[in-house]
Amino acid sequence: MEGFWQLLLNGTALGSIYALIALGYTMVYGILSLINFAHGDLVMVGAYAGLFASLALGAADHPSIGKFLLVLLIAMAASSLFGLAIERFAYRPLRNVPRLNLLITAVGVSLLLENLGQVIFGATPRVFPDILPPFTVFQSGQIAVTNQQLTVFGTALFLMVVLEWIVQKTQLGRAMRAVSHSHETASLVGIPTDRIIAITFAMGSALAAAAGILIGISYPRVDPLMGVMIGMKAFVAAVLGGIGSIRGAVVGGFLMGITESMVVGYGSSTYRDAIAFIILILILLFKPAGLFGKYQPEKV
Amino acid sequence: MNNLKWVLILLGLASMVQGVVLVLPPYFSELFILASINAILAVSLNLVNGLSGQFSLGQAGFMAVGAYTAASVNVFLLSSLHASRAGDQFALILSLICAAAASGFVGYLVGLPTLRLRGDYLAIATLGVGEIIRVVILNIYKVGGARGFFGIPSTTSAFLVTFILLACVLATHRFVMSSQGRALLALRENEIAAEAMGVDTTAYKVQAFVASSAVAGVAGGLFAHYLSYINPSSFDFMKSVEIVIMVVLGGMGSVSGSVLAAFVLTLLPEALRPLQNWTHVDLRMVIYALLLIGMMILRPKGIFGRKELWQMVRLKRPKFFSAKTSGERPEDERQG
Repeated sequence: MEGFWQLLLNGTALGSIYALIALGYTMVYGILSLINFAHGDLVMVGAYAGLFASLALGAADHPSIGKFLLVLLIAMAASSLFGLAIERFAYRPLRNVPRLNLLITAVGVSLLLENLGQVIFGATPRVFPDILPPFTVFQSGQIAVTNQQLTVFGTALFLMVVLEWIVQKTQLGRAMRAVSHSHETASLVGIPTDRIIAITFAMGSALAAAAGILIGISYPRVDPLMGVMIGMKAFVAAVLGGIGSIRGAVVGGFLMGITESMVVGYGSSTYRDAIAFIILILILLFKPAGLFGKYQPEKV
Repeated sequence: MNNLKWVLILLGLASMVQGVVLVLPPYFSELFILASINAILAVSLNLVNGLSGQFSLGQAGFMAVGAYTAASVNVFLLSSLHASRAGDQFALILSLICAAAASGFVGYLVGLPTLRLRGDYLAIATLGVGEIIRVVILNIYKVGGARGFFGIPSTTSAFLVTFILLACVLATHRFVMSSQGRALLALRENEIAAEAMGVDTTAYKVQAFVASSAVAGVAGGLFAHYLSYINPSSFDFMKSVEIVIMVVLGGMGSVSGSVLAAFVLTLLPEALRPLQNWTHVDLRMVIYALLLIGMMILRPKGIFGRKELWQMVRLKRPKFFSAKTSGERPEDERQG
């Protein structure tokens, strides 16, 4: 039974990372109806930005909370810039073309980031600096809660609350919701749709970068292809929760993380990557709108 | 009678190619066979990504199912046939048929739930299925798991590959002209309108998807029986992307365009090898990615658009041959 609680704990920490990434997918999907294949690779961009920032700051030599937060902010800023550039140069020229072309472009951007990463950083994984040395905060029998798990969970939860506040309570959030309903109507009432879409990308990319740092501190290695599988799983989490729904992405992320942790703990770790896609196909079969999504038939 | 004529023409062409390949150095015949296998894959994917306007990212998975089925059938069940060359070829053809059936069946299982939904779900689901197939094969120790499958008879010939490629091109071309082909094109142009006209969109999409996976399975079988060794990592996501790039570059909907693109993209890296020796980094995938993005922004139709090679070279030909189905069409491609 204690094994179960430990797995649940690990799954929750992993799930909060998935939830952060899933939020980016769901925001971009909500506003552009585009599966942003490159989103997972922005996690990688954020992780590398964090790696270099912590090396430059010497954050591993004298670790402190302040340096951790600074690294986090630098990575989020770097990833946002990437997100803005991708939106401006790859997606914006394609605003009025069939969605298929946009999807192919997204696959292209994702390939570009992965392979540029391999050319620039080399294909071998690097060790992420120890900016938060692990220690056990709380121990009860066999169950141990580490400060890293608490940080991962806390950071993710904080960012989700901030996002929820922005989307529900601010002028910007209202504009974002309006644009996601209809680009044309939103621009008719004076909302600068292109700018709102760009801000959405920047916010999603910042969340992805935060996820990248959290992955970096809990599984201390980064490589140029790290974003592929984790991005796919986060996407499945977004679909599980109902794509386009922010709460759905959070719930889906936690469910995904816990399921994966249980499969690895009780089943076989070779199937840990396959389980996400099995879940995906099951949802598509039985409840394609996801847990929190509304099924919207296509209109003419 | 017409069909017999075509079969004879294809057999003749394939024999000619076999003759030419026999004269060429082995390096070129190897490249030719690999390029033709890629071309078969591109033609198969074109049926889904080009003609029916869906987007599949898991063609390598179906190729893997075909490759492993063909190899297992041939090695475990048909080894008694390996006494003569004729027996070898007969065993190969039988195992290719099994490969087509197996990957077609997997395609049906995947296609039925996902094709009811909008196109982009299919992209993720097929990608996922490709991964699942790879993981499952990794865990089957009977076929070698991660070590790979050794000792497959190396019986694929240039003749067989060319014949199958030409047959696929011809079959796709004629399929486009048929009433089912028209239904598919209609749903590509506008799914809702097609549905309103009484086209059973899901059924046609599933049909095309199953046919596409079956052909990819055959290509996988040919691949296995050419290299005589296969490994799950030869069928990863990158392979699927490579096939997608061939279809996109050649022109989604242009069968001859994707064949041409498959040949160019297989031969180009070989031609650029000196450059790679000079720069010491493999920029191939970076260039592919840039090509893909640039193509979508500058020429989203692909190099050939939806035109076929034989429509670009305007010769005097009988009226019935240039049916309007795959040729000129209004440029407005917006979907709802």
